[in-house]
Amino acid sequence: MTKAIATNKKRTGEESHSHAGRKERHKRVKKERQHDKHGEHSKRETRRRKHRKPVHHPAVTHPRGSAVVPLPVAPPSPPAPSPAPVPALGSPPLTLDQANRLLWRAGFGPTPGQAEAIAGQPLQEVVFSLTRPSGSAILTGPEPVDEEGHPLDPANAWGEDHCWWLDRMIRSDQQLVERMTFIFHDWFANSNEEVNSQQLMLDQNNLFRAMAFGSFHDLFLAVTTNPAMLLFLNGTSNNRWDPNENYAREMMELFSLGADRGAYTEDDVREMARTLTGWRNDWSEELGNHNFRFDPEYHDPGLKTVFGQTGNWNYEDAVRLCVSHPLHPSFFVTKLWGYFIPSQPSEATLASLQALYTSSGYSIRAVVEAILQHPDFYEGAELVTPPVVYNAGLLRSISRPIDTTSWAWLSANAGQQLFYPPNVSGWDFSRWLDTSTAKARWEMASSVTSKTYPNPWPAEGQPVYSATEDPATALSSALAYWANPLLSAESEQCIAAFAQSCLKEPLADWEQSPYRAMRQNALRMLIATAPDMQVS
Amino acid sequence: MARSCSCNDFTRSQLLRRGVAVAGKGLPRIEPGMPPPAGTGLDRRTFLLLSAGAALSVYGASMLSPRQFEEGIAQASAAAGPNQPVLVSIFMEGGWDALSVLAPVKEDRYKELRPVLGLTEGSGRVFTEDETLMWHPSATGLAELHEQGKVTVFPAIGYEPQDESHFTSRHYWEVGQLDTNARSGWMGRYLDIAGEPDNPLQGLSLDYSLAPALATETMPVAAVSSPADYTMWANGLGEPISGPALETFGALGALSAPSPAYAQARNASYDTGLVLDEMAAFVKAEEESGDHSSVTYPTGEFAERLAALAAMLHTGMPIKCVSMNAVGSYDTHSGEVGTLSTNLEQTVTALVAFQQDLEARKLDQRVLIQLWSEFGRRPRENGSGTDHGAGGVSFLIGTRAAGKMVGEFPGLTTLDENENTLRTSDFRAMYCSLLEQWFQTEAGLVIPEAASFERPVLVS
Repeated sequence: MTKAIATNKKRTGEESHSHAGRKERHKRVKKERQHDKHGEHSKRETRRRKHRKPVHHPAVTHPRGSAVVPLPVAPPSPPAPSPAPVPALGSPPLTLDQANRLLWRAGFGPTPGQAEAIAGQPLQEVVFSLTRPSGSAILTGPEPVDEEGHPLDPANAWGEDHCWWLDRMIRSDQQLVERMTFIFHDWFANSNEEVNSQQLMLDQNNLFRAMAFGSFHDLFLAVTTNPAMLLFLNGTSNNRWDPNENYAREMMELFSLGADRGAYTEDDVREMARTLTGWRNDWSEELGNHNFRFDPEYHDPGLKTVFGQTGNWNYEDAVRLCVSHPLHPSFFVTKLWGYFIPSQPSEATLASLQALYTSSGYSIRAVVEAILQHPDFYEGAELVTPPVVYNAGLLRSISRPIDTTSWAWLSANAGQQLFYPPNVSGWDFSRWLDTSTAKARWEMASSVTSKTYPNPWPAEGQPVYSATEDPATALSSALAYWANPLLSAESEQCIAAFAQSCLKEPLADWEQSPYRAMRQNALRMLIATAPDMQVS
Repeated sequence: MARSCSCNDFTRSQLLRRGVAVAGKGLPRIEPGMPPPAGTGLDRRTFLLLSAGAALSVYGASMLSPRQFEEGIAQASAAAGPNQPVLVSIFMEGGWDALSVLAPVKEDRYKELRPVLGLTEGSGRVFTEDETLMWHPSATGLAELHEQGKVTVFPAIGYEPQDESHFTSRHYWEVGQLDTNARSGWMGRYLDIAGEPDNPLQGLSLDYSLAPALATETMPVAAVSSPADYTMWANGLGEPISGPALETFGALGALSAPSPAYAQARNASYDTGLVLDEMAAFVKAEEESGDHSSVTYPTGEFAERLAALAAMLHTGMPIKCVSMNAVGSYDTHSGEVGTLSTNLEQTVTALVAFQQDLEARKLDQRVLIQLWSEFGRRPRENGSGTDHGAGGVSFLIGTRAAGKMVGEFPGLTTLDENENTLRTSDFRAMYCSLLEQWFQTEAGLVIPEAASFERPVLVS
């Protein structure tokens, strides 16, 4: 009993600590009941082993290496667009490894049995099922609630915007739509830190969702006049009398052309700022920022010269000029590629993707489909899984719905709070993991288990953990808890060695069950936080 | 070090042992007369016993228990600490407005370019090295330190050609060269030379993630958001299982990594394991010593982290390079007056407290603070703010800062082709001087084309 109390105390202290460092948060520490839920350790286990292929884990010892994972960047001199088809794997049956990778990179990880279910199906068919969803998304499972069971209030309550979206990531049957929304939130990274209106951020989010597979030109134009963006990059402070360069620069550097490629000059930035003038909004105590509109009076009517072309340009021309710039297609396809594949696309692939992009009318869907069928997607190196995807994936694997708002600050500590990217260039996907964020992922994983971990010191009437479970069964059970994720053989061996050695025999009678419960919890933590689970 | 291992009978101590054995150059010297090993939980007597005869065998480790061996490592790291120079690099994110931080209030051109934002003469302290300049009223604390000779000012720092992108310019400063493809940070490369393979705290981001300037190629570095709180706990996990579980967590980081992403994940686990031990030792030493800072810091995360840093240095933690973000963002395209004053005020007040704390703890001889930003802002205001510019302002703060301005303020009569402030010093020259004069390291090993930069005198 004493130990049980100590455990709970420690937990409460820990959570409030982690929380204290960040902004004021409405953190509610709630006593969570412990359930003893032994995963049935099952046939899936056997299947998992049978399907394991060492393809992603060649026995190469990597030197320590840089802390930075290099990401693809569009070259200053891209190859000319080519009508040759983009290399594709065709439609072989998916292996389990490929299925897992696809579900992690084009979605938010598999639900129990999902990877096994799509393994064996024709690759192209599976990709199309992701890229060509029909109708509106279906959200399966319980509605998201906070600690007290109240519905979320994403437009007003701190962190509930994050959890509202995390819920869609967990429950939507249109996984890639949510993943594309997630990509565009990073691509056009606006933070509520400056926008200061969760509602405007949610409106922008819905815009990304609605236009996720359409024309990039149309999306870019919509974003250019989107209220959150107009506030974030001073679009409504930009007028004919005092041009403000904020959006002008970033729309070229980050959204469409890229820095250091010779795509534009400092004069282009200044002229683009003039081109974009004319947007205004009102502000009132009651409504905040509202009534966003184009006002010709505020627009600079003079001639502007952008990329060497002169005219009485306005914001629509600004977007058109960027998208029709010869260095835009290579920028677009490489940036999009980088969200799915960590290596640089080959010259031939880049040439074909550019042509596909322009000939399809700047179709996002066309390019995503090509990327998801590309051999590099399945045969290349791993990506580090972003914190939010990791969080969603863990919750999906144990079928836990949103029943707490803690995910917002836990995810923030791991380096990614939705609606709060660090700056307009978005999150740095090359540096997700370090000694602070790895520790935060551990805390996140622990919180994921909070409703289903076996209590070593159960109260009267609560389930008592097995006093006889052997190490191998313990490991299988812990793997089954997470729906049997794929670990490298080395990692699994290391964890198995821990299972084997962590109980110091002989144990006293009173230690048999509690220590085995602890071992089970430790195993679950080690699996969820293993380096293998941070990459896909 | 080699990072593959068979995990069958794995313990953290074995990992450490192998790490130290492989990296012979990381072995610290323990000599009679060294100060007691604060931060290790060892008392002076134990330490002296070890240093008198057993020091070498600590590192041979064969005759010691794992626990003793770990203590030896911790102690060795600590023993290496007290005389090491420390650089604390603080980033003013977003490009702070140099012309407001040190305002050329006596120039007519300034009043013309800054009708709304311009500061008025007499509202702040006069800059004693160039009386045409005035400190921002919120930077008065910095002005006072400058008058005491503890601040070296770079009134127009940058590089040629100056890039007006936040991300490109910031990247150049972080990697210490004008190369968009460089990955390791300039402090990271210094640590790759001077660091130890078992000491992540040598390069410490006091933040939620690792600063790019600290990114290394071979040596471990750390990010710690809250030093008093670096523990790992999980539901339903306690002693005696949690210890071995955390050891296994670290051990998983030493296995083979077939790709850069895998390597990042493995390294993070491994280093987290090491930092756990180091931070536990710190917290214990803090509790045991019972001494607290005599200086009152302002509130806020930035000040808290500086206070923790002073305490960590005081307990002998083996820290060499630190990176932090100052309060707020300085990307003031609009609403500059309020944003700049607030952020500057909070940042400067905390820094002044930190310097006082270092002095009170007699650590001030070994710490230099560097303040930097990716660029200055455009001289001509845009209404209520300013757009991206070029020449910026940078400071070195510390008892041993030379205190003499580097490069003059070029004035606003002549601007560059983009209507921006000219540059009169180069950030890479600052880095070269810091490496040589502060870290006693050949700059050419860290900064490409180091020979082409001047060497301003930065350390007295």
